Parts: sequence; structure tokens; C-alpha cells
Amino acid sequence: MKAPLPRKFRLFGRDTRTDRVVPPSGAAAWLTLLTAAAMAFLAVFALALSVATGRLADRWSEALANGATVRISAPADQMATQTQRVLDILSVTPGVETARALDPAETQALLSPWFGPDLPVASLPIPQLIDIQETPQGFDAEGLRLRLSAEVPGATLDDHQRWRRPLVAAADRMRMLGLISLALIGAAMAAMVTLAAMAALSANGQVIRTLRLIGARDGYVARAFVRRFTTRTLTGAAAGTAVAMTAIALMPSAGDAGGFLTDIAFQGAEWLWPLTIPPLAAIVAFVATRTAALRSLRTVL
Amino acid sequence: MIAFRNVTHGYGDGPLLSDVSLTLPPGSFHFLTGPSGAGKSTFLKLCYRELMPIAGTVEIFGQDVSHMSRDAVAMARRKIGVVHQDCQFLDHLPLADNVALPLTVAGREANPEELKELLAWVGLSGHARARPPSLSGGERQRAALARAVITAPEMVLADEPTGNLDWDMSQRLLTLLVELNRMGKTILIATHDMNLIRTAKSQVAARVLRIRDRTVQHAGADL
Ligand SMILES: Nc1ncnc2c1ncn2[C@@H]1O[C@H](COP(=O)(O)OP(=O)(O)O)[C@@H](O)[C@H]1O
Ligand SMILES: [Mg+2]
Repeated sequence: MKAPLPRKFRLFGRDTRTDRVVPPSGAAAWLTLLTAAAMAFLAVFALALSVATGRLADRWSEALANGATVRISAPADQMATQTQRVLDILSVTPGVETARALDPAETQALLSPWFGPDLPVASLPIPQLIDIQETPQGFDAEGLRLRLSAEVPGATLDDHQRWRRPLVAAADRMRMLGLISLALIGAAMAAMVTLAAMAALSANGQVIRTLRLIGARDGYVARAFVRRFTTRTLTGAAAGTAVAMTAIALMPSAGDAGGFLTDIAFQGAEWLWPLTIPPLAAIVAFVATRTAALRSLRTVL
Repeated sequence: MIAFRNVTHGYGDGPLLSDVSLTLPPGSFHFLTGPSGAGKSTFLKLCYRELMPIAGTVEIFGQDVSHMSRDAVAMARRKIGVVHQDCQFLDHLPLADNVALPLTVAGREANPEELKELLAWVGLSGHARARPPSLSGGERQRAALARAVITAPEMVLADEPTGNLDWDMSQRLLTLLVELNRMGKTILIATHDMNLIRTAKSQVAARVLRIRDRTVQHAGADL
């Protein structure tokens, strides 16, 4: 047999009698519903922004991780010494995590898309490639370039991915802002539900006093208000979430050309995230209303 | 059942009641008299903790009211049926729901037959679906009495319950309270109505408390 939930948490039972002891509160009800819907709508977009910028930051830092390369074009007899010289310089350059000379097989693998698999790497003046993995702080590209040109004439630093570094920082910041927006939306909703609940509580002061006088416990009186505001918030938030998710799903696709703009959407399992918004909103409303109700009850003997 | 020890109460400009000590034993039947404004309603409110004493102690069912938890207060009030002078209904609910409200808030179900019978007994059968504001003063008082007794409480406190009732209905109400007293319930009625007190005295061992000189005393036989 299933044990029934403690009454405090029984929000959706058919305990309509508890609800009816508090008169219907027309305007406050609609305002709560509307507020919850609007807030949930905003929350979905803030969430989408966070998810999309997070994805972007991940992808860009992956590209960054492929880091920089040093290309050495030198006569065959100097190749080995110049390579060693570059590796020595890199090993003492701050911001360089690892530096590794690619062996001929790897170089061939890199070049084969352009020249075909039959490229005789060994017999051609193919440049030696050195792959650099940076530390998160990165290295000073200008300084390294100067030093290489001074000491190793055949070496060229190719850091074409490094322009993405400020973008990754920006994307990270954007994700953070999205998360802060979510927290603020939650706080604003808690504040608004509290205000609406407080308005309902003070409009029903006489009802509350009468209920107390005939032996109602605080929990009973609070529950009548909490049920209302929680169910209303849940309903409103569900509607707002549904509309926002539909809007995002229907966003016109610009294909690969769209870039970041069309990335502001959910992909695959990410679609589950916005579904947590209505229950979270309901929890916020539950806590806010219960706190407001119990606090205002304390002023009634 | 209810014990006052050196209780003082007032609303700001000096005490209204001071140094009141008395007990209402279980199963007793008391009237409380005194001129208008003497503090009868105040005394009753002290009995169910709608007011707290400024000094002294009030005990309800053996518990000091100033040390009771809020839930304990609610539980104690369930054992006290009160007919408030100003009745105190929930105006958005029909009369029948208002009368059954003490059961509802206690998580109990009103037996529809018993509710109907009780309403008939106080002469409100035709008003079960009416909202309290549409009722006359006397009808509201009868409904308040019905609400006070629906839980068969240990004690009934009535604040001028016959103020708006004709003699016939007053006697009917008295009969009910006398009957409850015979079942062992404690009764306290604040009233000016000397006829009512005399009639009651012919039926039960009712005692009279009088508010005089800011205190509550047992009145002699000099009614
Ligand atoms: N809440 C209150 N605030 C201030 N004065 C009050 C309050 N309630 C009652 N009083 C005053 O206390 C006195 C006694 O009131 P009450 O106990 O209602 O007397 P009674 O019921 O005997 O007519 C009256 O003078 C009344 O004006
Ligand atoms: Mg009075």
C-alpha cells in the first residue's frame, strides 16, 4: 500500500474544500498566471543562450586546442638542427605546454587530402611541422615569432586559430550571463509570487482570523494559499515554457551559414533542460507563498 | 477547565479588568453579567486566547496560554465552541458550509443528516445555501450557535447570544445549552438578559459572575 504524502505537499489532490475556505482572488490569480508564463518564457531563452554559448565555447576551445604550428622550410641537411633548435626554444617559452615534431607519416596524413596518398614525402622538400599545445594562458605569439625569425631562419609560426581565443572568453562570459539571468528570473519570480501572496493574505485578514478562531492550524490556512499560488505558477510556467520552446523549435534554419545566430537552440537531449523550468517555478512559488503565509499568520493570535 | 490567576487586561488607557482570579470547573454553568462596556467580551476573549493577559496567567485545559504553541492553541480552540458577539462568518461560503467549518478545518467530514438537523433546530433550514451577509442579525446569531456546537465541544462560550432573538428562540437556545451542560460540557454565557438567567436557574445549577470595579466576582442571590 502506498503511504499518502504529508498533507503539506499534497498540492494536487481533490482537497477542494481547503481551497474554498479562502475566497477566489480574481486579479491576483491572473497576474500570477501571467507573470509565471512571462518569466518561464524568458527563462527558456536565457537557458537557450547559455546552452548555445556553452556549446560554442566548447567547440572554439577545441579548435584552439589544435593550437599553433611551426613550419620549418630548410635545406635537407639543416632540417634536423633547425627542428631541434625550434623545439629547444619552445621548451622554454612560457605558455607552451607541449611541442612535438610530426613524423613523416603524420605529415603525409595531413597532406594527403590535397596531394593524394601516393605523395613521396621523403623525396620531396616537404616542410617539417611542429605541433604546439598551449597552456590555457597561451603564449606571446609576437615574442615567439621575433625570436624564431632571429634564431631559426627557416621557421614560421602559424597561429591562425589563435584569433578565436577572445571569442572563447566572450562565449564563456556569455554563458555566465545567461546563467545569471536565469538566477535573476528565478529571484524576480519569487519576489512577484511573494507580493501576490502577501496581497491575497492581507486582503483575507478577516478570513484568516476567523479560521484561526475556530481552530484551524497555521499549516491548514497556509496550505489554502500555497496550493493556489503553486498550481497557478505551475500552469503559467508550463504555458510560457511551451510557447518559448515552440518558438525556438520553429526558428528558421540558416544551415551552416547561419553560425551563432541559428545556434541559439537546443539540440538533442538539451531539449530536456527547459522542461525543468515549470517544476522549478512551482518549487519557487511553493517556498515563497508558504514563507509569506506563515510569516503573516504569526501576526494573528 | 479555565483558570484565571491575577489576570489584568486593558486596551491602553488603564486596565479594564484587573487582578481577576477565578476558575470555571468542568461541567459548570455560568452567566457573566455587567453593564455594556464593562469587559464581558474581553473576558470571553481571554478564555479562548483571542486576547492575552497583560499580567497574571490564564490556563485553558491546564495549559498556560502564554506558553502554548500555535498548534496547541488551535487544538484547544477545537474543544471550545464560541458564539462571537459579531458572529465572524466567511461571507463567501454558504451558511451550511460556515456552520460545518469547525469540522472542515479539523479535517473532519460533516454528516449531512446531522448538519441538516442542526440547521432545522436553529430554524435556518431554508437558509442553508444563503450567504451570511444576506441574513438578519437574529439568523446570524442562531447560525453562530449552530457552528459553536457542531463539534460537540467540551466548552461553549456565548457572547450575548440572545441579543437579537425573540423570547421563544432565546429559550430554545437555552434549552440546547442546558442539554449540553447535562452532557457534562462547561458553559459560559455573557448576557444582560435577566429573564434568561432566571429561566436557566430553574433548570440547572447556574452561577452568575458579575463584572464590577474592574474585577469579576460571583454574584450573590441578589439578582
Ligand atoms: N480592540 C479594542 N481596542 C480598544 N478598546 C477596546 C477594544 N475592544 C474593546 N475595547 C473597549 O473595552 C471596553 C470593554 O469592551 P467589551 O469587553 O467589549 O465590553 P462588553 O462586552 O462588556 O460590552 C469598551 O469600553 C470598549 O470600547
Ligand atoms: Mg460585548
